[in-house]
Amino acid sequence: MTLSARFRPRGGLSLWLGATLVAVLIAAAVLSIIWTPYPPTAIDIPHKLAPPSHAHWFGTDNLGRDVASQILAGSRVSILVGVIAVGIGLAFGIVLGLIAAFSKGLVEDGLMKLSDFMFAFPALLLAIMLTSTFGPGVVNAIIAIGVYNVPIIAKLTRATANGVLSREYALAARAAGRGPIAIAVDHVLPNIAPALIVQATIQFAIAILAEAALSYLGLGAQPPQTSWGKMLADAQNVLYNAPRLALYPGIAIALSVLGLNLLGDGLRDALDPKLKARS
Amino acid sequence: MLLEVAELAVDVPTPSGLQRVVDRTSFSLGEGESLGVVGESGSGKTMTALALMALTPEGARVSGSIRFEGRELVGRSEDEMMQLRGDRIAMIFQEPMTALNPLRRVGAQVAEPLMLHRGLSKREAQARAVELLNHVRLAEPERAARSYPFALSGGERQRAMIAMAIGCAPHLVIADEPTTALDVTVQARILALIDGLKSESKMAILLVSHDLAVIAGHCDRVIVMYAGMIMESGPVEAVLRQPRNPYTLALLEARPRPGAPRGARLATIPGAPSVAHGHHEGCPFAGRCALTVDICRTVTPPEVAFGAGHISRCHRAGEVGFAP
Repeated sequence: MTLSARFRPRGGLSLWLGATLVAVLIAAAVLSIIWTPYPPTAIDIPHKLAPPSHAHWFGTDNLGRDVASQILAGSRVSILVGVIAVGIGLAFGIVLGLIAAFSKGLVEDGLMKLSDFMFAFPALLLAIMLTSTFGPGVVNAIIAIGVYNVPIIAKLTRATANGVLSREYALAARAAGRGPIAIAVDHVLPNIAPALIVQATIQFAIAILAEAALSYLGLGAQPPQTSWGKMLADAQNVLYNAPRLALYPGIAIALSVLGLNLLGDGLRDALDPKLKARS
Repeated sequence: MLLEVAELAVDVPTPSGLQRVVDRTSFSLGEGESLGVVGESGSGKTMTALALMALTPEGARVSGSIRFEGRELVGRSEDEMMQLRGDRIAMIFQEPMTALNPLRRVGAQVAEPLMLHRGLSKREAQARAVELLNHVRLAEPERAARSYPFALSGGERQRAMIAMAIGCAPHLVIADEPTTALDVTVQARILALIDGLKSESKMAILLVSHDLAVIAGHCDRVIVMYAGMIMESGPVEAVLRQPRNPYTLALLEARPRPGAPRGARLATIPGAPSVAHGHHEGCPFAGRCALTVDICRTVTPPEVAFGAGHISRCHRAGEVGFAP
């Protein structure tokens, strides 16, 4: 026990493993902007369904497109979806959560009932509803996932902000004559940031999964755009001939989600001093 | 009079409806005067203090009158109260551990009211904050200003809180159990600091405490609260030497005293503190009082005056005396 504790890296194994996986994901996305082995959408029928080789590391798909290039390009879509969808969730969720926490009474009840109403729809159902209404595409998929994030962040913000507002320093700030906006910015936000960061990481993972699912269903990325979910859908057609084609995007999605979840867990342990002291 | 409170009542919402926690209290406070508020937990002393700053919990109802510097505070808008808070009326809290934001530097927190109410720039306010920290005799004020609260001891944090409170030279400082969370020695130094600050400026102090010794040593007048009601009030000397209310007497007898025989048990007040009883008639202390007679349970006792502003709310006030 003491031995493993001594060799455990600072911040915990999950933090470092998660951070490494996420770093690889980000590196792949950045790399894909400037370089991919082949243009990810270049069709090369004569070399279709080629097995992994020196020329094509992961082989080619049923249209002869280079799978490695598509995985790299797909990572960019995943990151983009995650960043914007979580960004939408944070921007609106924090504001609504703070309004609820500060206003109390009817406004708070109303906002929270609205959140509960949104919770009643599973993430994917909500996304399918929005994309089928406003048309399929990455942009609408991002908005749909972002909308799904709003009530989650709003609820978390309200709950943690209420915790901070019940602390004496929030009362002391009021006793010093500070208004609600100043208290929100100077006292509430810094103190609830750790919880929000952790939740944002988890939501990032959920966003990647949701985008993959939507693209798989044909509601996300549209041809010629590539995405991991769309790669899965394409691979399904040739599942008996080349099952490995489903494997690559599947592994990419699994490792990204695993990395983000580990990072979230690790950050929670690292940012919460009470948990740390106990372990 | 700096502060005149008349018939102040506070009702706070509970799951079972509004509960009266401060019941028709009236008191006043002159410039440069210090008034002690003493009572058990739940006696309404903190709620009285919060009502003065309009910081009662959400949904609470405050009625009666609070006149501060000739202006009525009850019913004032939040915006108007915000301008008073931290400027003319300041507050020192009980827990120096939790009354400072753990994530902001002490200097920045002390500077806040100065920027807000005095319009100082960030740089000016920071410089003034260091002066204030020095004024409350914090060792190494520059270092303290740059520190986060965790780096300061309890006593140092309470000094920082006091610096924050006196920054704008308030006319009234409300200190809610300012030394309860501190060691006895630190407590004495903090109280001496408050005394010193009071004598060098004209500020009045409302000192809320459950500790009779603290009140006796640092206040001019005292009000004794029970179940939201003022049971006795008057000059500290008179009230504590010759209490005219059985509740005050019981509190005094429950004190640990030096020279008591070894193994002697502390006197206690039988029963549990009752919560404010709202509009029911009768004396709130009747269930626990040794002098209770029938009238105590049915008629709210009147205020009986004993000269020099000494008032007791008791049907048998004249019979109260030190037990042998």
